[in-house]
Amino acid sequence: MYLILVGGGNVGLQLAKRLIARGHEVLLLEKDARMAQKLGNHLGDEYVMHGDGCEIHSQKAAGFSRADVVVAVTGEDEDNLVVCQLAKEVWKVKRVVARVNDPNHEQIFRDIGIDDTVSATGIIFSLIDQQISSDELIPVGHLHRGHVEVVESILSHRSPWVNKAVRDIALPSGTFLVYLVRDGNGMNISGDTVLTAGDMLVALVPVARAEELRAALLDKD
Amino acid sequence: MNVVILGCGRTGATLALQLTSRGHSVTLIERNPEALRRLGKTYPCRIVLGSGLDVDVLEKANVRTCDAFFAVTRGDNTNIMAAQIVQRNFGVQRVAVKVADPQRAEAYRKLGLFCINAAALLAGMCRDWLLGVEYEPIDSYNVLVEEMGI
Repeated sequence: MYLILVGGGNVGLQLAKRLIARGHEVLLLEKDARMAQKLGNHLGDEYVMHGDGCEIHSQKAAGFSRADVVVAVTGEDEDNLVVCQLAKEVWKVKRVVARVNDPNHEQIFRDIGIDDTVSATGIIFSLIDQQISSDELIPVGHLHRGHVEVVESILSHRSPWVNKAVRDIALPSGTFLVYLVRDGNGMNISGDTVLTAGDMLVALVPVARAEELRAALLDKD
Repeated sequence: MNVVILGCGRTGATLALQLTSRGHSVTLIERNPEALRRLGKTYPCRIVLGSGLDVDVLEKANVRTCDAFFAVTRGDNTNIMAAQIVQRNFGVQRVAVKVADPQRAEAYRKLGLFCINAAALLAGMCRDWLLGVEYEPIDSYNVLVEEMGI
């Protein structure tokens, strides 16, 4: 796999280190010459290139045309957008990933066709949310370019699912209960599993069905 | 016409003054209050302070009902992103984008953005001035010279 990372800040550096350790071919593009030099000393010169990842000729020199993945992790959303858009449209890179610093921009990136976005604020928010809500469906992550949501929920004693066997529960279409944590122990779920209050359930749900799942879980319409 | 201009640099300020003096209504979006000095002592237009990438700021500038939007900050990527937000989220039809990098301008022209590259315009007009040729419409200057292509 050839991965190009644009932006040699802390995120770019840490990401590059891990990907290199996994044995991937990695190139980190950094537009500040002194910074690029430093990164080269740290990671090895072969992993770092000095250049503006938003410029077509730097992209050409970095080999965007044969990249499997381009990841834009600068601190500026507008730069990350342009890197990903050019990677996709000009160089036909199959997979582009953008760091989004302002969570309000996530939808804008999706509208423009950059499906894979990572927002630190969004992630931290969902972790905090996880701590403070129990009746809720908590988003844990996304699969299939954001079309399928991984959610967890702690079963409230008010839920109509309590004391029911999984096979008797009507789930929204395309939804699967995949895992259960009871008293701190993880368990597989089968049709025979009878749910009890306090169970933590992990489910896969198509994004469009998440609201339906929440309603079923809480018995609200 | 109602026109919204993003960026009160030399281009934005000049455009704002030219349009208001012809009776058009202009709203300028600018992050840095210092930059407004370019408009002279009395501002002839409405000012909204804030980032052009902030949907709330764009809303406040009445982008939704404007006839044209110009993204003319010194940041190519800011202009490109703001222009796409304005086109997609606010449905503005006439959007012009200042892009200083000729290749980036060309790439985004192919994606359907009207990107104006000042260097190409200036070079073309210098050429025609020197050669004593009559000036042409903007689109004939606003192209990437072949040798600069990818």
